[in-house]
Parts: sequence; structure tokens; C-alpha cells
Amino acid sequence: MKIRVFVSLKDGVLDPQGKAVEHALHSLGFEGAADVRISRVVDLQVKADNAEEAKVKGAEMARALLANEVIEDFHVEVAG
Amino acid sequence: MKTGIVVFPGTNRERDMAQAFRVVSGKAPRMLWHQQDNVDGLDLIVLPGGFSFGDYLRSGAMAAHSPIMQAVRRFAEKGGYVLGVCNGFQILTEAQMLPGALLRNAGMRFLSQDCHLKVEGRDSIFTSGWKHGDVFRAPMAHGDGNYTAAPDMLDRLEGEGRVAFRYCTAEGHVKDSDEHVNMNGSARSIAGVLSENRRVCGLMPHPENLTEEILGGTDGLPLFTGIMEALG
Repeated sequence: MKIRVFVSLKDGVLDPQGKAVEHALHSLGFEGAADVRISRVVDLQVKADNAEEAKVKGAEMARALLANEVIEDFHVEVAG
Repeated sequence: MKTGIVVFPGTNRERDMAQAFRVVSGKAPRMLWHQQDNVDGLDLIVLPGGFSFGDYLRSGAMAAHSPIMQAVRRFAEKGGYVLGVCNGFQILTEAQMLPGALLRNAGMRFLSQDCHLKVEGRDSIFTSGWKHGDVFRAPMAHGDGNYTAAPDMLDRLEGEGRVAFRYCTAEGHVKDSDEHVNMNGSARSIAGVLSENRRVCGLMPHPENLTEEILGGTDGLPLFTGIMEALG
């Protein structure tokens, strides 16, 4: 089953990369761009009988490696 | 003192680190490949700098789960001494052997330059070569050195004397919001921390690269003489 793990910096954790992209957007004329945050998406296949089991496996992988919970939040979606 | 230096794919400071230990002890440390899990007979394990596993996913994340790190964790749990420098510090935080995390430098730039550090850690072999409050120069070379931790953890580290080193001016002034002093934007200017039992230490700058006059100075030597005096 295909799942997608979204990993993003926790609220309040500074995202220098997002800030730099925001500045670049401003210099391209997108003056309204604000609060730019860069996240990571990990697509993968897992062996699971149902969507719930697939999500649980994705969450286990996120806690073990894909996300660093000191600075990042994650959520898992079943991609179909 | 028997020292082991862990080498991951992408590690590049292991020879510098070995040379620093050779200068103070006259003995060459043992190199430990990341796939082995035997660290028997060692007093100190060092995780040197570099770009283990190409900094994939997050700096240090892949290395933190390699076979040798299971052995390093058991070694530390039994009271073994562990030092992580630069990428080694990142690996120790990813392995949750030290608190906090290292984010991208606040200014986004890779920083390769000298900095000054104030020695603040207490009761640790990693700071015993200096007097409390001493200031020394150290080279730094990293893109992800912006230390962060939850505010209550930062308070705890400070309260327990576990902030080993802080970025400061040459005169020893700490200026958290001055990008010329706290160059990577670290929380409370923290450059290095100690574990709860004070036997695991991580820091971003490279004292090993200032341990002989031919390198431009011996400012970093007390790290190694302090360890040597404690471990024999």
C-alpha cells in the first residue's frame, strides 16, 4: 500500500530556508508571500492489509527515522 | 587511555581527530568502521566531523541508526565517555544521546571560519583542561549548527552546568542576537552540551584543528590534555 509521510518543522521552530525563499518571492514581486515554511514529503510502499495498519506503520517509521520529533511534526496519509 | 574514532561513509575529520590524540598521548586511536558493533576495551569513543551519509534526510540522522551507534549507546549507558564534534554532535542529538537538535544556520550560509568559545561546563573531563570561564579560539565549518531545544530543556542545561561551551567574542562576551558572535543563531549561544552523567559531550566547532603550532595555534589543545589527564 502506498503511503505519504508529511514532515514539517514544529510551530515556533525557525525555518531559515523558508525565510530565504520568502525573501526570494518578494524580490520576484510576490509581495504578499508570508510565513513560508519548507516541509518534506516521503512517499513509500508498506505491506499492510488495510489503510489503518498502513498509517500505523508509517507513523512508526516517522518516529524512528523520517521525522525528528524534537523539531518536527509529521502526519501520514494513505495515497490509495 | 584507549580511544576509538568512528568512521561513517562521508566522515572526513577522522585523521585530524586522530592526530590531536596522538599529540597528547603519543598513541594512535583505533578506527571503528560504522558496520562493526564491537567497542570492547575502549575508554573513549569519538564521533568526528564530516558529512555522514551525505547529510541525507537530516544531518546525522542515518548515522544515528547504524550498527556501531547501538554499540556506542550501550557503551555510554555503562558509563563510557563519548565525544561528538560537528557531525558527531549532530549524530548524538539524532541518536537522542544528547538533548536538542541542530537546525540550518540562521543565516543559511555554510560557515567556515574561526569562532571563540567560553568554557562553561562543570565537572566534566571535556572542560577540565580549561578554567571555568576561559575563552579560546576554535575553527568552525558547518551548515547545520543552529542549536535548539525546548525552553525548559535549555533552562535545565543551564541550571545543571551542562552547557559545555558558548559562542562569545574574543573578550568573552556572549551576545545571542549578534550574528558576528553567535554566528549560526544557536539558542542561548550554545555551542556544546553535556549529557546528564556528563560523560557524553557534543560541540559544533573543531578544537582538534588547533592542537599544534604548525596548524596556527594550540588553542584547542586543553580539550585533549584534559581528557588525557582524566583517563590516563
